[in-house]
Amino acid sequence: MEINNVPLLALDKVSFAYPRRPAVLDQVNFSLYQGERVALMGDNGAGKTTLLHLLVGLKKPLVGQVIAFGTARDSEKSFVDVRAQAGFLFQDPDDQLFCPTVLEDVMFGPLNLGFSRIEAKLRAEQVLHQLGLEHFACRITHQLSGGEKRMISLASVLAMTPKVLLLDEPTNALDTAARQRLIDTLKGLPQAMLIVSHDHDFLAQISTRSVVLTSGKLSDSDYKSATELTEKTEKVA
Amino acid sequence: MSQLLDHSATSWRGQSLSHQDSVVDLLDPSLRVLAAFGFAFVLVLSQVFLPLITGLGVALLVAMLARLDLRRTFKRMLAMDLFMICLIFLLPFTTPGTPIWQGFGLSASWQGLEHGLMIALKANGVMLMLLALVGTLSPVVLAQSLAKLKVPEKLVHLMLFTLRYLDVINQEYARMRLAMRARAFVMGCNCHTWRTIGYLIGMLLIHSLERSERIFNAMKCRGYQGKLYLHHEMQWQRRDRLFVGLALFSLTILIGMNFIWK
Repeated sequence: MEINNVPLLALDKVSFAYPRRPAVLDQVNFSLYQGERVALMGDNGAGKTTLLHLLVGLKKPLVGQVIAFGTARDSEKSFVDVRAQAGFLFQDPDDQLFCPTVLEDVMFGPLNLGFSRIEAKLRAEQVLHQLGLEHFACRITHQLSGGEKRMISLASVLAMTPKVLLLDEPTNALDTAARQRLIDTLKGLPQAMLIVSHDHDFLAQISTRSVVLTSGKLSDSDYKSATELTEKTEKVA
Repeated sequence: MSQLLDHSATSWRGQSLSHQDSVVDLLDPSLRVLAAFGFAFVLVLSQVFLPLITGLGVALLVAMLARLDLRRTFKRMLAMDLFMICLIFLLPFTTPGTPIWQGFGLSASWQGLEHGLMIALKANGVMLMLLALVGTLSPVVLAQSLAKLKVPEKLVHLMLFTLRYLDVINQEYARMRLAMRARAFVMGCNCHTWRTIGYLIGMLLIHSLERSERIFNAMKCRGYQGKLYLHHEMQWQRRDRLFVGLALFSLTILIGMNFIWK
């Protein structure tokens, strides 16, 4: 009962600025609840990625609080278990896939969570199978195509059984087939999601609500269809 | 020249693509590294010709067993031997001893020639053995077997990361070069070229630094806390024990030759 009322991830009056530049986020409030798939929109450099980084403690707010899974987090240490439960999919899969082979990369997360080697391997194979990627296990990561890299990095995040997914421009640089495959996969996942994207059609298909970041402020943006969404962002821009 | 020497500075796939499966591939990787290391040690410390020539013969035999790609191996050896030939020509002049030739105020010595020849034999023997035993390993397996041999983890991780990102950085470099060419940049010997190349290298460094930060963040997001876990799934077989026996036997003989021939 209570789980539904407590947000999984939340920002409480958070402000953030990079050195010698105006504030990127200014007193931002945000909550992500179970079962939601929130689209986060905004112009280039509006601070969307920064907001994601704040949620998992890769950057620390200047003012305000990050509340994850019901607890306020401030120190690097307190974010360790947040990162285990909030899977972060980076913009560039090359940043995420750093192990030589696919299987090792998918095993990396579970091993960090304290799984034994055998359990981790089992877990990795299970996730790869679930996403229909089992034949990639022994492939060399840097020889994969862009779409394959994206799917493998998703697998490597899912291997940690996160409760929340933070997706940073997941459809970036994907062709139609790879994009559709990703959409289908994401639709089938039970996790709550926060999705940063400029791909309106993709957001319309997948998100349950959307928010817009403009000049440091976060505001709700209700929409029904992709076209309406496009108009909205155009107005904002 | 770089093409002729076939040096894989930018592609780490190395020999693994072109060499055929052989007996050597069945052996335990860390054993192969150890054997190559032991062989190099013995050969480098040898002081007489017999063990050196025998050693080169043994290396040749192993290279044949490993079914090395002949052309590729020859090119690699040539790259080193060009340097060795210089050495053989130069050393006689710098080493004092019984003269073979005198003129123009210079004198070449037998001792120097002998020394040069020995170094060339050692280098060729060790190189061939390395190519046969270690060069046939895929880089990732090599890194893992080094970890198994208790090489410091930091170094192994450095190697694994290098393997992974060499290609990415190289692609970045190629992209920037392409973009430069698209804006009609032609390499020349002038200030503009030097400055541009400076910018290119600087940008490459900055990109790499930023990428490393992003990778570190991505690793932290997956629960990284300073420890990496490596695969150790290799097990000794009967043929590995046989290989150890053979390696020890031949190394002992090589060492023995040094003393008997003195």
